[in-house]
Amino acid sequence: MNDLDAEDRLRFEQLVLPHVDAAFNLARWLLRRREDAEEVAQEALLRACRFFRGFHGGDARAWLLQIVRNTCYSWLEKNRPRELMVEFDEELHPQAVATPESIAMADEDHERLTRALESLPPRFREVLVLRELDGCSYKEIAAITSMPIGTVMSSLSRARRQLYSVLTNSYHKEAAREV
Amino acid sequence: MRCDFADSLLQGYFDRELSTASAAEFERHLQHCVHCSVELVDMDLLSERLQLAQLYESAPASLRKKIYADLCPVTHATVISRPLLWHWLAAAAALFLLAIAGWKMNSVPSTDDYQVELAEEIVDAHVHSLQPGHLTGISSSDEQAVKGWFKGRLAFALPARDFANEGFALQGGRLDVVDERSVAVLVYASTGHLINVFVWPRQGRDTSSQVGSRQGYQWVDWRKGRMEFCAVSDASTSDLQQLQRLFTN
Repeated sequence: MNDLDAEDRLRFEQLVLPHVDAAFNLARWLLRRREDAEEVAQEALLRACRFFRGFHGGDARAWLLQIVRNTCYSWLEKNRPRELMVEFDEELHPQAVATPESIAMADEDHERLTRALESLPPRFREVLVLRELDGCSYKEIAAITSMPIGTVMSSLSRARRQLYSVLTNSYHKEAAREV
Repeated sequence: MRCDFADSLLQGYFDRELSTASAAEFERHLQHCVHCSVELVDMDLLSERLQLAQLYESAPASLRKKIYADLCPVTHATVISRPLLWHWLAAAAALFLLAIAGWKMNSVPSTDDYQVELAEEIVDAHVHSLQPGHLTGISSSDEQAVKGWFKGRLAFALPARDFANEGFALQGGRLDVVDERSVAVLVYASTGHLINVFVWPRQGRDTSSQVGSRQGYQWVDWRKGRMEFCAVSDASTSDLQQLQRLFTN
């Protein structure tokens, strides 16, 4: 990262580094594993630093998260391409990692929500994470994901409905088991 | 069955992203659409659950370290090349400070140490709560609504009070974890500062308050009626003490 001069480096530290938490959080939810998230977030920060001169003001968090997101997707394509196929027929093939049973069996709500969120296709997961965990506006989500605002809204709608149904199905199964 | 409005306006209405005109249009629709009103409640429940579960994961220290190492290899090199004398002076100064700290630690009772450690953890929790979406599980200035929200989530009754007239407006509350147990947090706003008041049950007599500060945040801790309170904010200590008086009177 040495190619930044002192002034740019200071600007990078002040504008971009405060969003390292958000960067890691997004990577963690897109990749679902903390170790991978750490590696990819570091790579994304390196890229952000390398191309920082191209950033001329504006929303630094959205800019960084866009880079994190793209780095995550390209990492997934290289390392776990099957996960990216899921979105085409997510109704038929929910992700294998979290099953309704494993969600129902989780002790804590934290665990249950984590697994339910991880069971959503990445494109749904990311809008929920950006909106509900990061508090991003639609405009910011549109900038980060390069989607039109209308698509942001409909993805959120489907993501929420799907998460809600995953969670309530798991509750029903749990209730049925107890009877 | 789904309503046509569901995909377009419902989300925007829920997320407060609609223009005033669209929001008014949607509210007119809401008056006679059971489907949308139920879906709004579901979305609210889901959102509250996501907030409560604290799913946000902050960057681990190891990542920060790596990023700083990537960013500042030059600075590391300059530190090493400084004259040796500085190292000796720095080491001597550090030893001196350690000696003073050791002497100070020994001279205060251990319960105070515990309280200071606890306050530090609470300051960290305060800083964490300032991240988007982490401040409140319920946002309301209504005492009854806040009390109602905590009821069933806590094993103790919470003195949720609004002091808006005295300059501390109740913003809502949430659950947090401090010292490995669940605590209640009341959130106040006072002239541009956010104040978190952590509350949990505690045996023993009422005590006079302790104050301190850490990383630019002030804290005031007191016990009253078998409860411990710790108020944290970037507001001044005297502001926090004023809030304490409102609680204890």
